[in-house]
Amino acid sequence: MSVLVYINSNGEKIAKNAFEAVTYAKKLGEVTAVTNGKADDSMLAQLGKYGADKVLVDRSFEGIDEQQITKMVATAAEKVGANTIVFSNDLIGKAVAPRLSVKMNAGLVAGASGVPKEDGTVPVNVFSGKAFGFVKVNTDKKIIALLPNSIQVEETGGEASVEEFAGNAGDSRVKVKDTKLPEGDIPLPEAELVVSGGRGLKGPENWDLILDLAKELGAATACSRPVADSDWRPHHEHVGQTGVAIAPNLYIAAGISGAIQHLAGVNRSKVIVVINTDNEAPFFKAADYGVVGDAFEVLPKLTEAVKKFKASN
Amino acid sequence: MKILVCISKAPDTTTKISFTDGDTKFDESGVKYIVNPYDEWYALVRGLELKEAQGGSVTTVTVGTAEDEATIRKALAIGADDATRIDVKPEDASQVAAEIAHFAKEGGYDLVLLGKETIDYNGSQVGGMLAEHLDMPFISLAESLTIEGTTATLDKEIIGGVQTVEAELPLVVSCAKGMAEQRIPNMRGIMAARKKPLNVVPSSNAAKNTSFEKYALPAPKSAVKLIDPDNMDELVALLHNEAKVI
Ligand SMILES: Cc1cc2nc3c(=O)[nH]c(=O)nc-3n(C[C@H](O)[C@H](O)[C@H](O)COP(=O)(O)OP(=O)(O)OC[C@H]3O[C@@H](n4cnc5c(N)ncnc54)[C@H](O)[C@@H]3O)c2cc1C
Ligand SMILES: Nc1ncnc2c1ncn2[C@@H]1O[C@H](COP(=O)(O)O)[C@@H](O)[C@H]1O
Repeated sequence: MSVLVYINSNGEKIAKNAFEAVTYAKKLGEVTAVTNGKADDSMLAQLGKYGADKVLVDRSFEGIDEQQITKMVATAAEKVGANTIVFSNDLIGKAVAPRLSVKMNAGLVAGASGVPKEDGTVPVNVFSGKAFGFVKVNTDKKIIALLPNSIQVEETGGEASVEEFAGNAGDSRVKVKDTKLPEGDIPLPEAELVVSGGRGLKGPENWDLILDLAKELGAATACSRPVADSDWRPHHEHVGQTGVAIAPNLYIAAGISGAIQHLAGVNRSKVIVVINTDNEAPFFKAADYGVVGDAFEVLPKLTEAVKKFKASN
Repeated sequence: MKILVCISKAPDTTTKISFTDGDTKFDESGVKYIVNPYDEWYALVRGLELKEAQGGSVTTVTVGTAEDEATIRKALAIGADDATRIDVKPEDASQVAAEIAHFAKEGGYDLVLLGKETIDYNGSQVGGMLAEHLDMPFISLAESLTIEGTTATLDKEIIGGVQTVEAELPLVVSCAKGMAEQRIPNMRGIMAARKKPLNVVPSSNAAKNTSFEKYALPAPKSAVKLIDPDNMDELVALLHNEAKVI
């Protein structure tokens, strides 16, 4: 079976969630990747490592315009005869996959959290990670948008051949005026390690406790909603039901009570560490490891311990 | 300016999730429904602000059954001019988008606003699908929206940052945090809402491209392992050797 996977190659490197999408597609059939822009061939050929045989690249346009990408992916699907199309369910996938599903009349499974079961249904996260659903697609063609961080990247293959093609993407109807990418930050939605602080930290002047630990770990930083609402931290760090939903390997929460709306954004984390003075804080019920203690003392000690560990490993 | 706002309902976030009929259906007994927060706080309120500043009208549309009328009345109480309910149980995003598209094509709207996602199925699907049906650009996850003449300027979330974009109306926009501030309906609004039109139109029998066959709850977490606050070396060792995350 021929499977097509869309890859965003507009950044400086290809993100890990793209490799996850290729790994996933490889489990379903023979993989062709499709992308646009100016990325050089050697960067694209890397996709072979995760199982892509071929990369189709449309060099006639750059950027992530959702209408152009929809048209390009539809053209590529026809060209390679793919009835299954895989996206990463990141911000681009969320904008493009639904659009493409109408264009191709292909049922969309958005937010897939694993490979299809024997009966063909695909597991997805529902109710903000509080349950799974198993989705059946009723059309011949299907689109699967895979949740980032839900499968392990696997290196199976070698180099992919890179071939230029005309995706007939048309013109963009949206003008990009400005792009702000805060420098040095690890984008939260994709981060594998996250250190997060809540109201228990008392004020923005204490955030070095969080930042130091994050720096030592190479982690992104996050916060609870009241922290962002009081402008102690920028809004894009707010996780939870009304903020960003994340699924890192490790989530360290200090001074956060663990309200259900906060958990909705973080309960897909693989491992949760909670630091809280109150041993009855609800967060401990969702935690793998807990430290009942004062974040002002525990965080510096943890940072020291990580430093020591890194020095000896 | 004619503005259409898509309003859906969602279970209150504190709802305990369980399933019935051999785990094939969400158990709705005792569930309290609210207006999906993104639809209410951001899409609807920004629509109202634009209307207040520039004139025009705000219509809401909901694909749903008679049970949804309480949620729809709340949107009217906050300030929408009129509401339409498309009379069918929403079971799949492709169905919802096709139903709304069928309705919206007649209306000639300049702007269609949606929430970023519904908090029950978290699909973020309807907006993009609707935009393709209507052949309009889709600006997803917008954090701000201003309109001058027929040109819209928006800030939207992109991976790792924010992008400012410009596009000509008509447009489909999904709204995220930052768009507007929540409005609490007052008594006058609630009274006025009773007299506002809530039109019910029949479904166009749009197909469902997907169906939920079964549900499952995640395996319960094993009890938390407590670590002595004076022994952070142990925590680091556990994260390395046992959890294998660092
Ligand atoms: C519709 C809705 C949507 C919401 N969406 C979100 C969302 O997306 N994200 C979100 O986070 N919240 C959200 N909330 C708010 C949520 O309900 C909680 O109010 C919020 O998460 C609490 O934040 P917090 O844990 O930082 O603060 P608090 O609840 O005040 O908890 C502070 C915690 O810090 C502990 N503490 C105090 N001092 C120390 C110390 N020295 N060391 C260690 N621990 C200490 C306390 O024991 C306490 O557990 C939402 C609420 C509603 C109604
Ligand atoms: N049944 C519905 N009726 C009207 N609008 C809806 C419905 N379901 C979803 N929407 C809109 O589509 C947005 C995205 O929903 P979803 O694709 O389900 O995450 C919501 O925030 C609503 O604005």
